[in-house]
Amino acid sequence: MALPQVAPVETPEIEEVPLDDRPWVTIVWDDPVNLMSYVTWVFQKLFGYSRDQAEKLMLDVHNKGKAVVSSGAREKMELDAAQLHGYGLWATVDRD
Amino acid sequence: MFRRNGRQCVATFAIDEVRVLRKVANEVVDLLTDGFDRSDPVVDRLFPDIYPDRPEDSAEFRRYAEGELKTGKIDQAGAILAALPDDGPGEVRLDYEAAEAWLRAINDVRLAMGTRLDISGDTDLGDELDDAVLHDPASSRVFQLSVYAYLGYLQESLLNALPEIE
Repeated sequence: MALPQVAPVETPEIEEVPLDDRPWVTIVWDDPVNLMSYVTWVFQKLFGYSRDQAEKLMLDVHNKGKAVVSSGAREKMELDAAQLHGYGLWATVDRD
Repeated sequence: MFRRNGRQCVATFAIDEVRVLRKVANEVVDLLTDGFDRSDPVVDRLFPDIYPDRPEDSAEFRRYAEGELKTGKIDQAGAILAALPDDGPGEVRLDYEAAEAWLRAINDVRLAMGTRLDISGDTDLGDELDDAVLHDPASSRVFQLSVYAYLGYLQESLLNALPEIE
């Protein structure tokens, strides 16, 4: 007895999902409590920014509501965010 | 208020200041230990979601990071308690490490109080205090707002007294 003809299962073409290589970023959000001078100091302290760079970043947070403070590997961004939480800054992690 | 003295940050506190600082530092310790409550908006502010749109990832991050973060915050509140006189006026001298712990701890207290007091970007602390005094000068809100304002000045004075970061 002939086996029923089974149409060969077509292997669907697997679409290459391009590896998402956008870097991860740590974002600091504006907050009504933290002093501007304190936020500037935290940026200098944690990321080694000069006072001018840190101040500019702080003003970005203040005026635009948020700013990217670091970018790179996801694990590193989680570490940065955790450290910022230790200082009481409101930080989140996202894709750029 | 703090001033710089050699390599140290120094402040002389009156007895009322010592008592207030002890009280607020102890409140933070309590909030992070026995009184810890995930649904408390203050806890939410001190430990914000790291991925606001991904609750599962936030929860996982929290599982491995929150313990250490909590210990750090308890320790920094402890630095305030350790440096203050027991119960009386007196001088506090902080080296860089202790000053940093104080800055972080004062900030935690201000975040907690600011959340409870509904401080927003539009809040004018002076107006807020005037309103509260008009309403009831003996109210707890007047006290809380005064302490919140005081802690802002104290934190600023400590930042100014701190040696510049190289």
